[in-house]
Amino acid sequence: MSDAEISAKLENTSLNDDEFADFPKKKKSTKKVLFEDDLDSEAKPKDEANEFEDDAFSELKKKKKKSKKPKTFEDELEDKPAETEEVDESFLDLSSIKKKKKKSKKNMAAFEAELEENSTEKEANSESASRDVWRDSDRDYTYVELLDRFYSILRENNPELAGEKRKYTIVPPQIVRDGNKKSIFVNLPDICKRMHRPPEHVIQYLFAELGTSGSVDGNGGLVIKGRFQQKQIENVLRRYIMEYVTCGTCRSGETILTKENRLYFVQCESCGSIRSVAPIKTGFQAQTVKRSVARRAVA
Amino acid sequence: MSNLQNLKTYDPFADTGETDAVESQGYIHIRIQQRNGRKTITSLQGLPEEFDQKRLLKAFKKVFACNGTIVDDEDLGQVIQLQGDQRTNIRDFLVDEKIYKKEMIKVHGF
Repeated sequence: MSDAEISAKLENTSLNDDEFADFPKKKKSTKKVLFEDDLDSEAKPKDEANEFEDDAFSELKKKKKKSKKPKTFEDELEDKPAETEEVDESFLDLSSIKKKKKKSKKNMAAFEAELEENSTEKEANSESASRDVWRDSDRDYTYVELLDRFYSILRENNPELAGEKRKYTIVPPQIVRDGNKKSIFVNLPDICKRMHRPPEHVIQYLFAELGTSGSVDGNGGLVIKGRFQQKQIENVLRRYIMEYVTCGTCRSGETILTKENRLYFVQCESCGSIRSVAPIKTGFQAQTVKRSVARRAVA
Repeated sequence: MSNLQNLKTYDPFADTGETDAVESQGYIHIRIQQRNGRKTITSLQGLPEEFDQKRLLKAFKKVFACNGTIVDDEDLGQVIQLQGDQRTNIRDFLVDEKIYKKEMIKVHGF
C-alpha cells in the first residue's frame, strides 16, 4: 500500500486532520501499548521481535484469558474449537488466523477502552460517560478524553486502522523421533506454505542453526540428524520468522522472499517495503564424529 | 487554548533505529552442535585478532569448569571450542567482562 493510499483511507474516517495528528501518540496513553512502545524504543530490536514471536506461539494460552471478555457470536464459535484443541496445540488454518486477528483487535480495543474495569456494562458506561463529560460541560476537554473519542470513532468506522499490532501465528512444529539419533520435522511443508517460503530456504536455515544435516523424506518431512525436541525447533523457527519473514517496518508476516543477483530481499505485501536479508551462513562446523568413523564413511 | 497538544510534531519517517548497517560486520557467533548422546560442543567464532584466544580459553575453562581447545580453520581463523552447552555462559562472560557488547554476539542453535 502506498503512502498516498493510506492517507486517502485515513481521510475517509469521519475525523478531521487535527485529531489525526494525535494518532501515533495514542499508543503512549494506554498501559499495554506503552509497554510495547517502550520496547520499541529502548530494547534492541531483536528482543522486541522475540517477544513478538513469543506472542505468536502463545496465542492459544492467551486466548483463555481473553475468552472472559465480551464476545460476538463469531468469536464464540471460533473460541470453542480452539480450546478443545489446546492439548495438541495445533491447528489454526488460514481462515481462523484471519478471524483471530480480528478478534485480538477487538479484545485489544476492549482492553484499551476499559483499562482496568472488567465487566462489559461498566465498560460501556464509562466509555459513553467519558465521551460526554466534556461535551455537556463548559470545561476544556482533556487530551485523554479526546483520544478515547478519536479511537472509538475510528474503531466504529474502520476498525482495520485502529493500529493495534496484529499477531502472526503459525502452527507449532511437529517433531517425531525416528529411532535413536534422528528427528523428523513432520509438518515442515505446511509451515513453509504458511510462511510463503520455499522449504529449501527454511531447511538451509535449520541445518545452519542446528549445526547438523539431514534429508527430506517421502512426505516432505525433514529428517534431522540428532535429537531435537519440539521446543528447540520452535525456537529456531521463531528466529527464522523474525529474521526472514516479518516485515521490518510494519511487522506483518505477509511477505515474500525474492532473490536478485545472489541477494535475498523480503518484500512486504501489506506495506510494500523491501529489505535485504543476510544469506544463510553455516559458519564453523566442529567435528562431532570420531575421526576413524569419519574416515571410514568417506572411503 | 491552554493545551495545544496537536501542535506537537511527530515524524513518521524518523529512523526506527533498527537497521544498524554500519555494524553489520564484526559479529561473533556462538554455536552449538550435538555430539553423541546428550553431549554437545559449543564453538565461539569471529573473535577479533586483538584478543589473546589462548588466555581467553584459559579463563573460559577455569570459569565454566569445562575443557576446550582452539581450532584453526582455514577461512574462519581461530575458533574456540568448549565442551558442553556453554552458550549463555560465554555470552554472559563476554558481556560482564565488557569484552563484547551483547548486540554484537549472535547465539545460534536451538
